[in-house]
Amino acid sequence: MDFDLSEEQRLLKDSVDRLMADRYGFENRQRYAKEPEGWSRDLWSAYAELGLLALPFDEAHGGFGGGPVETMTIMEAFGRSLTLEPYLATVILGGGLLKQGGSEEQKATYLPQIASGDLRLAFGHTERQSRYDLFHVGTSAQRDGGSFILNGQKSVVLHGDSADKILVTARVAGSRRDRDGIGLFLVDANAPGVSRRGYPTQDGQRAAEVTLESVRVDSGNVIGNPEGALPVVEKVTDIAIAALAAEAIGAMDEMLKLTVDYLKTRKQFNTTIGSFQVLQHRSSEMFIALEQGRSMAMFAAMMAQEQNPEERRKAISAAKVQIGRSGRFVGQQAVQLHGGVGMTMEYKVGHLFKRVTMIDTLFGDADHHLSNLAEAGGLMAA
Amino acid sequence: MDLRFTDEELAFRDEVREFFRTALPDSIRRKMIEGHHPSKDDLVTWSRILNTKGWAVPHWPVEWGGTGWSPVKQYIFRDELQQAPAPEPLAFGVSMVGPVIYTFGNEDQKRRFLPRIANLDDWWCQGFSEPGAGSDLASLKTTAKRDGEYYIVNGQKTWTTLAQHADWIFCLVRTDSTVKKQEGISFLLIDMKTSGITVRPIQTIDGGHEVNEVFFDDVRVPVENLVGQENKGWDYAKFLLGNERVGIARIGISKARLKRVRELASLERIGDVPLIDIPRFREKLAAVEVELKALEMTQLRVVAAESRREKGKPDPASSILKIKGSEIQQATTELLMEVVGPFAMPYHPEEEGRNEPTDGPDWASTAAPTYFNWRKISIYGGSNEIQKNIIAKAILGF
Ligand SMILES: Cc1cc2nc3c(=O)[nH]c(=O)nc-3n(C[C@H](O)[C@H](O)[C@H](O)COP(=O)(O)OP(=O)(O)OC[C@H]3O[C@@H](n4cnc5c(N)ncnc54)[C@H](O)[C@@H]3O)c2cc1C
Repeated sequence: MDFDLSEEQRLLKDSVDRLMADRYGFENRQRYAKEPEGWSRDLWSAYAELGLLALPFDEAHGGFGGGPVETMTIMEAFGRSLTLEPYLATVILGGGLLKQGGSEEQKATYLPQIASGDLRLAFGHTERQSRYDLFHVGTSAQRDGGSFILNGQKSVVLHGDSADKILVTARVAGSRRDRDGIGLFLVDANAPGVSRRGYPTQDGQRAAEVTLESVRVDSGNVIGNPEGALPVVEKVTDIAIAALAAEAIGAMDEMLKLTVDYLKTRKQFNTTIGSFQVLQHRSSEMFIALEQGRSMAMFAAMMAQEQNPEERRKAISAAKVQIGRSGRFVGQQAVQLHGGVGMTMEYKVGHLFKRVTMIDTLFGDADHHLSNLAEAGGLMAA
Repeated sequence: MDLRFTDEELAFRDEVREFFRTALPDSIRRKMIEGHHPSKDDLVTWSRILNTKGWAVPHWPVEWGGTGWSPVKQYIFRDELQQAPAPEPLAFGVSMVGPVIYTFGNEDQKRRFLPRIANLDDWWCQGFSEPGAGSDLASLKTTAKRDGEYYIVNGQKTWTTLAQHADWIFCLVRTDSTVKKQEGISFLLIDMKTSGITVRPIQTIDGGHEVNEVFFDDVRVPVENLVGQENKGWDYAKFLLGNERVGIARIGISKARLKRVRELASLERIGDVPLIDIPRFREKLAAVEVELKALEMTQLRVVAAESRREKGKPDPASSILKIKGSEIQQATTELLMEVVGPFAMPYHPEEEGRNEPTDGPDWASTAAPTYFNWRKISIYGGSNEIQKNIIAKAILGF
């Protein structure tokens, strides 16, 4: 067992940290949010130059063959700086689905374009009635010769408004909540019948409502088995949850740091408020919650590669529960201990709080995953 | 001991409930149910409806518009109002500066201000906190220097709620800096139109605009706007903050929100099962209801003891109401977030007359902003940490 980063991983961490320190201060971040797409094209190019967009892909596809630990390193840095670019949507979700489910030809076509920064993707899975169940798919895909005709609506598609292509789940066979019969389709965002309405999300990122009306997808853009895509979708969302866990840890770490700094400088009653033991203890509790979360983020990174899907899903659910709970506690207390300052848009801590809150609602909140884990028999083998 | 309401109190409750059912404009009721902020106009409209009925300021002395109701009836009234759910009359006027004026002000001030507060002709805001004076309010630095028949005010207030609408601000100002800090503070009433006052908005994390910074640059305030005695302002402020805490449990608001959670959780489904039928969710909801019932009984005990207490001396147990009341309200906002699920994400800035479709169910858009915004209630009105200090010192004797 080794919890330390390798030499290469350390170099990666240093270069991402340096990029964030140079270009992703809070004021810059607020400026990037006002750009037309809600994130910075310049930074996107910088990520491409550093190889971050190529990280998880195989060398044959222009990638670096990075694993979950590399992803964790990047995401933690992104969490700390509250980055806005569609990294999760494009590289982790979109790229992940193509890498895990795509044909050799699809991978050879698209992964290098992602790596170079030229292709942005999004993943549409949530529907009005689906809540957090990935298998709940009402959007239909009807066979028409070798192609499929898609009809339906996908909600809260992360960065769906600026994506060039959108991966969507659609039902080829079976009924609304069957695990079988679900296909995965790569849809051109400008294809006839696709309409999108973009909007900001609570945490300052972007998402879109995507409507599909008789959208034709040819056989070359079907990803994997058109009636059996769910296992790939679940695997990739589990990898994404592990990535989000790391992002949440970055955000929590930053909140704790900001809070402790604040307590050491803010004066009331002729003393720094950090001299009050109750606030020291509260900070200690935040630290404990953060470290428990960090441990589970590492566990998630390790288990994201687990071959047995049952074991993988239980582990990821466990991590999501811990991250949700730690994030809530750390976020709420960070705001509380800042007093009024924590409540303003002008200060970073409130934005971090909002981000960890939204991370909890992505791919299932703590309660959803607790139920899933309990139903699957818990973590400990009997 | 009899913990039931008397027949008379029950009849009173029905009367009040019926009034709120018929007199509250539907458009305002909808906003309240859906978690939108009532506008200034809404609040003015509603305050005048209450005032016409004679119920705008029930807790005030009868000669200034009060109703003379017993503390229990006052409680019932408030609880029903919150459950309606109707907007609460602007606290800065009716619960804060109003009682200070009728308790410590002179006759001129009472005649001049009290009727206008009751009718919301004057919108008041509270100028206590400063950048360097939050929990340690007494360290405030805004100064008022006597110059003939005027005070010249200089300094800055912050977190001033709804100052953008305000006609008047009541301020704590330093009039003597040579004495112990609590002993050099005075309570001034300042017309917001006076030259030298600047209001700068502060956006809160939910995206709303409810707080502001207020700057004073050589603002001339007539001495007749001093309340009570010079340098006694701290006593009046303590009196005011004690009153603020009593109302802060807001049990009726939590009841209304739990009702809403229950309704929405029966509409929202996981597959074919309504969320309300999922045991994990139901138990969480029930657990909050237990806490709320306990708090309601505690509140009633405080209310019942009120008639026996020395006038104007708040019960230190009211700190329980503040702490538990805020925690429960915050818990209800978490439940609402859970009901909404993935549709908590889309952000729709709150704008009057906006009619773009919302993304997801139309009741989803206020869930996250309400959750974010409600973090404030454990910070203001004396933070929950400060309330625990009060319990430790005033009740437990540490
Ligand atoms: C939305 C909102 C609206 C407001 N509206 C108004 C208004 O209209 N008018 C007005 O005058 N003010 C208003 N306030 C200000 C409010 O009263 C202050 O925020 C509050 O008094 C806390 O002060 P502070 O923000 O400076 O925090 P600080 O006092 O700096 O406190 C920071 C943290 O330290 C803790 N702390 C401080 N002292 C102690 C101690 N002795 N022991 C243990 N913990 C301690 C606090 O609990 C808090 O967690 C508002 C605030 C908010 C957030």
